[in-house]
Amino acid sequence: MDIIISNSVKDPIYQQIIKQIKELVLTGKLSEGDSLPSIRQLAKDLQVSVITTKRAYEELESDGFIVSIVGKGSFIASQNQELLKERRLKIIEEKLIEIIEESKLIQLSKEELMEMILILYGDDLK
Amino acid sequence: MTNVVEFNNVKKSFKNFSLDDVSFSIKKGFVTGFIGANGAGKSTTIKLLMKLLRKDSGNIAIFGLDQDKHNQEIKERIGFVYDENCFYDTLSIRELRKIIAPMYQKWNDNLFYKYLDQFSLPEKQPIKNFSKGMKMKMAILFAISHDPEFIIMDEPTSGLDPVFRREVLELLHEIMLDDQKTIFFSTHITTDLDRIADYITYIHKGKILFSKEREELLTEYGIVKGSNDLLDRDTEKEFVSIRKTNVGFEALTSCVKKTKDIFGDEVLIEKPSLEDIMYYTNKGDLKCTL
Repeated sequence: MDIIISNSVKDPIYQQIIKQIKELVLTGKLSEGDSLPSIRQLAKDLQVSVITTKRAYEELESDGFIVSIVGKGSFIASQNQELLKERRLKIIEEKLIEIIEESKLIQLSKEELMEMILILYGDDLK
Repeated sequence: MTNVVEFNNVKKSFKNFSLDDVSFSIKKGFVTGFIGANGAGKSTTIKLLMKLLRKDSGNIAIFGLDQDKHNQEIKERIGFVYDENCFYDTLSIRELRKIIAPMYQKWNDNLFYKYLDQFSLPEKQPIKNFSKGMKMKMAILFAISHDPEFIIMDEPTSGLDPVFRREVLELLHEIMLDDQKTIFFSTHITTDLDRIADYITYIHKGKILFSKEREELLTEYGIVKGSNDLLDRDTEKEFVSIRKTNVGFEALTSCVKKTKDIFGDEVLIEKPSLEDIMYYTNKGDLKCTL
């Protein structure tokens, strides 16, 4: 499991940890029952304070991503993959709506927008 | 969550300086950083904690035990690192071990040799030949070889190079793997605290201004930047202190939320560093705290 913390981004460190563990779950790199390093081990490895990792784990737990068992440690909780994917799709949909509204503001045509997406996606050479 | 240390209304007066009604606590299982300007009372507080000074009044409890009644028992469970070399410097580590080890009932030779090896310190050389970094490593070595629950350090990283400071922090992280351990250390190098401290206790002119979670602190306080036109007698009161220049002002607020309500988008609010908080608090006197 890799977690990379940046000191130059605005997001607090505990949120970076949450985001990355969620990503690892969503991409399937971590799956149900996988064990996570202990709060204190992770704090040591990332060189951050214990409270920071504690807070990250607490939020992940309340979001249902992990379960902590006293004396045993923290594990990835069972995830409903379909549900997770649907949730992500919804986020993408919302963002796309935002983009389309922005585009309409400056009268950007559908074709121009599509072209932009293709370029950014890296498919323009095909 | 239990407290390892509780200071209750502790007073100590000297000719030109006094600790005034100091109350704060240190949480078990976490690292508390102790900051404050030179002469703010950091060393005095630590000396009171170690009972190297006698308090005028008040109450200090460590591990839930009254300091005055259980001094011996408490000391057995504490590891103390002083900011200056307090060992006989013509002796070697080997000779010092013979003096220090018998003082502790729980002295652990395995631990001692493990750290000696890890720190790669020479065992037989007189310590007066040691560099500053080596002396600090040695002080830490002797402080933790009886496996103390509570480690107190007075500026352990001051005067050390960055490489060595990282090593010390790495060691502290290693100690904190055990959730029964507690560390309290004073420092000027606030960036060291970013890497390890869970709580920050700030002392200013003999008074504890705050003692709270570091993350929380950094979200409550903010550096505010904007045009001088925004400042008048009323708005200036909202800040801890202000640095005005010809091209605008920069100030510290202790309530980001309130500042946002007052100024809205007219000002830029940034996350402060601990150093910012120290600088501006020293400049002005803290208002609207806690």
